[in-house]
Amino acid sequence: MASLLGRFCRKLVVPGSAHGSRMVSTTSCDSEAVKSLNLYSAINQALHIALETDPRSYVFGEDVGFGGVFRCTTGLAERFGKNRVFNTPLCEQGIVGFGIGLAAMGNRAVVEIQFADYIYPAFDQIVNEAAKFRYRSGNQFNCGGLTIRAPYGAVGHGGHYHSQSPEAFFCHVPGIKVVIPRSPREAKGLLLSSIRDPNPVVFFEPKWLYRQAVEEVPEHDYMIPLSQAEVIREGSDITLVGWGAQLTVMEQACLDAEKEGISCELIDLKTLLPWDKETVEASVKKTGRLLISHEAPITGGFGAEISATILERCFLKLEAPVSRVCGLDTPFPLVFEPFYMPTKNKILNAIKSTVNY
Amino acid sequence: MALSRLTSRSNGISRPLSTAFGRFISTDTTPITIETSLPFTAHLCDPPSRSVESSTQELLDFFRTMALMRRMEIAADSLYKAKLIRGFCHLYDGQEAVAIGMEAVITKKDAIITAYRDHCIFLGRGGSLYEVFAELMGRQDGCSKGKGGSMHFYKKDSSFYGGHGIVGAQVPLGCGIAFAQKYVKEEAVTFAMYGDGAANQGQLFEALNISALWDLPSILVCENNHYGMGTAEWRAAKSPSYYKRGDYVPGLKVDGMDAFAVKQACKFAKEHALKNGPIILEMDTYRYHGHSMSDPGSTYRTRDEISGVRQERDPIERIKKLVLSHDLATEKELKDMEKEIRKEVDDAIAKAKDCSMPEPSELFTNVYVKGFGTKSFGADRKEVKAALP
Repeated sequence: MASLLGRFCRKLVVPGSAHGSRMVSTTSCDSEAVKSLNLYSAINQALHIALETDPRSYVFGEDVGFGGVFRCTTGLAERFGKNRVFNTPLCEQGIVGFGIGLAAMGNRAVVEIQFADYIYPAFDQIVNEAAKFRYRSGNQFNCGGLTIRAPYGAVGHGGHYHSQSPEAFFCHVPGIKVVIPRSPREAKGLLLSSIRDPNPVVFFEPKWLYRQAVEEVPEHDYMIPLSQAEVIREGSDITLVGWGAQLTVMEQACLDAEKEGISCELIDLKTLLPWDKETVEASVKKTGRLLISHEAPITGGFGAEISATILERCFLKLEAPVSRVCGLDTPFPLVFEPFYMPTKNKILNAIKSTVNY
Repeated sequence: MALSRLTSRSNGISRPLSTAFGRFISTDTTPITIETSLPFTAHLCDPPSRSVESSTQELLDFFRTMALMRRMEIAADSLYKAKLIRGFCHLYDGQEAVAIGMEAVITKKDAIITAYRDHCIFLGRGGSLYEVFAELMGRQDGCSKGKGGSMHFYKKDSSFYGGHGIVGAQVPLGCGIAFAQKYVKEEAVTFAMYGDGAANQGQLFEALNISALWDLPSILVCENNHYGMGTAEWRAAKSPSYYKRGDYVPGLKVDGMDAFAVKQACKFAKEHALKNGPIILEMDTYRYHGHSMSDPGSTYRTRDEISGVRQERDPIERIKKLVLSHDLATEKELKDMEKEIRKEVDDAIAKAKDCSMPEPSELFTNVYVKGFGTKSFGADRKEVKAALP
């Protein structure tokens, strides 16, 4: 269990403002060169390093040649050439299938799906081809070099098809890994780990944080291990588990709860499949209470899996039912987004009712 | 569309009417024959003739409706920049001739389904400006009760099946509608519209194969504006001759900036589809705006190109020249018409701004059929958040 103690002070400014948020982490050594970067620049750096260190790696997807709609692939085509960084036609199923084929020949294919909402045409390729390739060929073939990157999550006005969080669908598939970073520093390390991991990985990037989150990111090549959750805030009364952009909201709730005398422990899961059960279990055994929060609709969301597992492992230690603060069971709405989202106040209310159970 | 004022001046003879009354309205259905700008290019069929039957009434209607559509899109642009429209907004200016030409030859029983660039198609199907702006601004009087937004306009009584966000997904759906139409034997067809970007989606070919196999009255209309968001067609497609992509399905390439060419092609296609099954129409058109309001539209194409098309091929200018050359109205009258249109649009916007947002309870309606009795939970299952009606 990696417990990188990080006392984060994160001031996330309301979306729409010109300033980003600053995050201070005590985990980077002072001797490393660091640079203040936002999320898309950190991802960009990771991609540059990945292509640099492995001559058989490729980045492709819709519109990546000029930098992509979120600028994550800026400068790659110019630096590494159109043979390694190229645009594809508009066909997600084709893109992922093509990536699987490339990966099966021993290359690293870093595929971009423009928005996670568009990943469904490729769902069959991911679930039936990528996830099962190694298994059904008895380890003769594999597509471990495949990494699929997609921006996910709400942005405030995205509506039905630019805001979805489809992670739960993929967490149900043995054979692939699902990784979601929470900040620029994490994103760079996790993306490099995902690209170099010998299994196919689906990497969801919180699009809301592309410009909003700013952090000191080390400039060198570093990897953050997969399947290791991190306790980003220590506490003793209740454990909160989340991932991606939702952690920012949960942190605000933790700060508010502290003012009312509730000490919250916040865990970033980072990898959803396979997830670090031990870290969460140890934390819940300490606090006796669990709250999970995610943007995706509550029924069938990944919070249900965490809840069931923890219940099995920590039943006698639990002081209250496991609480889930998630999106509502409706399609992602347009004007009703503020009602739909698991906001800080909803989380705070749930923290209080769980603690006072 | 309300008739606008115009003069009908017989050739050469000046009217002795008093100018005190002003010009009067003429419901002139004098037939006019118009030549299309270019001949049609055909694949596996005989192209229709270049001479299009029209009338003075139609010519003026075309002008008025296209000018209205243009004005509506430009107004939507300003509203988006003023943050009254949020989310995504994909504008159709430059492509109006396709919507107009198609409407001229079909009935309300014929179905149209398209992607997200749907404001003008909705207007063509009989939608009102007020419904458009209310929906764009997310108000409850919008055509989708404010729950859909720019990309999801629908009009059931005119068989307009919307308004779809996922690229290419509307084409198999459209072929399904055609399948139903064939069953019902109503002599109706479906126009499934998509763009040059969507033409590379696998589901399109699946839909084409099934339509051809079962002889469905589906017409696939590729609105080729040459850019799939930021990617030029020659970089996305091995064969940019989209009308030929059907292989065993006949196709027609049409100048999409000429409303009369579109009209002729759609008439031809409807007759063909009812007898022989699917046909592909490729409309060679252009959009002046970027892909959406978040796209400046100038990073992947030059401003010269955009202004060049505006000068040479603008659909409204073409109709305007025809109106003037046939002496159906004077420059001043057309300008007055445009002023009226501007006012109409502004009035609709003002009225839409006054409309209220949908009730918060609308968040839960229409997820399932009413009466299903599902509960929707939110924070902490101890509080039941809402029962889905």
